[in-house]
Amino acid sequence: MTDTVIQNHEPNYLEYQGRYKGIFSWIFSTDHKRIGLLYLYSMLVLFSVAAILGLLMKIELIAPGKTIMDAQTYNSFFTLHGITMIFLIVVPGLPAVFGNFFLPLMIGAKDVAFPKLNLLSWWIYILGATIALSAQFFGDGPPDTGWTFYAPYSFRTGTNMLPAVTGAFILGFSSIATGLNFIVTIHRMRAPGMTWMKMPLFPWAIYGTSWIQVLATPIVGITLLMIVLERTLQIGFFDPALGGDPILYQHLFWIYSHPAVYIMILPAMGVISEIIPTFARKTIFGYKAIVVSTLAIAFVGYFVWGHHMFTSGMSGTALYTFSILTFLVAIPSAIKIFNWVATLHKASIDIQTPFLWALCFLFVFMIGGLSGMVLGALSANVHLHDTAFVVAHFHFIVFGGTGYAFFGALHYWYPKMFGRMYDKGWANIGLAVFFTGFNTLYLPMFYLGMIGMPRRYYDYVEEFHGPNIVSSFGAMLMISGLVIIITNLVRSARKGEIAEADPWKGKTLEWTIASPPPLENFAEIPVVTKQPYDYE
Amino acid sequence: MEKEQHTHIVKYKTYVFVLIALLLMTFTSVAITSLNLGPYTVSAALVLAGIKSLLVLLIFMHLKFDKKFYAIMVASVFLLLGCVIFITFLDYLYR
Ligand code: HEM
Ligand SMILES: [Cu+2]
Repeated sequence: MTDTVIQNHEPNYLEYQGRYKGIFSWIFSTDHKRIGLLYLYSMLVLFSVAAILGLLMKIELIAPGKTIMDAQTYNSFFTLHGITMIFLIVVPGLPAVFGNFFLPLMIGAKDVAFPKLNLLSWWIYILGATIALSAQFFGDGPPDTGWTFYAPYSFRTGTNMLPAVTGAFILGFSSIATGLNFIVTIHRMRAPGMTWMKMPLFPWAIYGTSWIQVLATPIVGITLLMIVLERTLQIGFFDPALGGDPILYQHLFWIYSHPAVYIMILPAMGVISEIIPTFARKTIFGYKAIVVSTLAIAFVGYFVWGHHMFTSGMSGTALYTFSILTFLVAIPSAIKIFNWVATLHKASIDIQTPFLWALCFLFVFMIGGLSGMVLGALSANVHLHDTAFVVAHFHFIVFGGTGYAFFGALHYWYPKMFGRMYDKGWANIGLAVFFTGFNTLYLPMFYLGMIGMPRRYYDYVEEFHGPNIVSSFGAMLMISGLVIIITNLVRSARKGEIAEADPWKGKTLEWTIASPPPLENFAEIPVVTKQPYDYE
Repeated sequence: MEKEQHTHIVKYKTYVFVLIALLLMTFTSVAITSLNLGPYTVSAALVLAGIKSLLVLLIFMHLKFDKKFYAIMVASVFLLLGCVIFITFLDYLYR
């Protein structure tokens, strides 16, 4: 029991006993904080499985020829790895875990607008995940199309496509419901005095993300349904033999999936915008520019999907339109980078684990973003498309962006969530090992892509051997780092030192209440009069 | 928190008219497929579907009687969709 709890005479959300006991008090809880943790635990389990699949693939690639698995197993591994990581972890990740837990706290609300819908979203998430993963265990063998389900292969392959596609379809509803819930929460439940321009940047990022979730997810839903119909009824949407157009599938898929990469990265940027001012002890530089660039990314991000299809045989007009638009969308991301760096200028920085995660984020995110510009140039893309370069690009930006922000957020808000502090020494060691491993793993893949190594093959020619050994070694190092990080966090949830209410001297509303937060967050709804990062 | 306590009651007659209009347009869009209009078949179907959704939004979903703000939000969503369709056709029309 923490001191604060005794002072408040109110059980915190972890101790509170409601109508149900034991595990049921979690899986039937409508408390946004418990739901956030439900997502966190589900995702940690899935993430561990998918990360191990990734490691096994890298071990396969340590030498040419068959090393530990055959081609078909490799194909199903990258498919399952991709589906799990994208649809089950990074797309829902930050909003579902930290959006749920912290959005209400940061805007001074007692819960989200629709707590029951919130719980339903988690159940739908679990249902979708179960169905998608069931494809592994029965029927005609695990899917082997990659997470992109490209036509015409996706309706010709003999493997078990229907559950995978149906599962992804169902997951969409969870995403839409969560997005809707957050939009309404932000519009209706901000504390008195918290005008739009006094709202912290993480809620702003969640707001932009939610709109993409609500507006883009239905498109992938319909598209996946079209795959199901094509497979079962041979309608002829995408199959050239039936008069369909396979490129139409790519259009529809990326009309969702490019905005989806912004579903992944916007909340990550929101997290970084919280961590940096807290440890710089300084208000964020260019608050309005960050807000506007968030909305600009959400908007322009809808119009660049074609950069995934430069070699598909689209019209020339479409090619250069998409290329120009792709270059435009990098501008708002760059604005944010400049704002974060400017915030650090002349700051008295307190170097703590979350801050180190944010710094590493800046480093890898810039490499990821700049390699995106390389891919966005038409001529370079023809050479690099479907090579290891693309794999390096999106791991730098998805893992390096969203993944780092996720772990950064976990280390930043951990004392608030669990009321305990992790071991800072081990956390830093874990980060150092992980960061070294990460770069050793993915940097060589840029080079491999440039010299022509294609992605999604279990084998390669001898020329590619050297860099692949380095890369596979990096994978092992990176996984060791992850083991240290996760073990430290899991252990400290029960055994860590008791944390204060505001261990980092943060200024946003979540730091004004006890750690862990009381059941209803605020005994009295706060009245906001200041800017969110008021350090002067 | 904002609260508006203002309800608008739509006459039954209006609902019936809208229903009839929707059914008529459904029949028309089916009928149109038997005429040979070439590429315009799709446009015709889309225009009719567009009018139908507009009616549903305005009358059944009460957009017409709600705050202007919601109308603007819905309109911008359609604008977004319009842009997406436009860009897609930069591929199909110039291939
Ligand atoms: C600076 C902005 C960015 C630019 C200019 C950019 C550009 C590109 C381009 C042109 C491709 C296609 C490469 C090819 O297949 O030939 C690509 C792939 C990809 N990008 Fe980015 N990107 C950017 C940011 C992001 C962000 C923020 C994310 C996610 C958080 C992301 C995730 C991905 C993914 C997942 C793929 C690979 C999809 C696949 O084929 O499996 N990108 N990017
Ligand atoms: Cu993209």
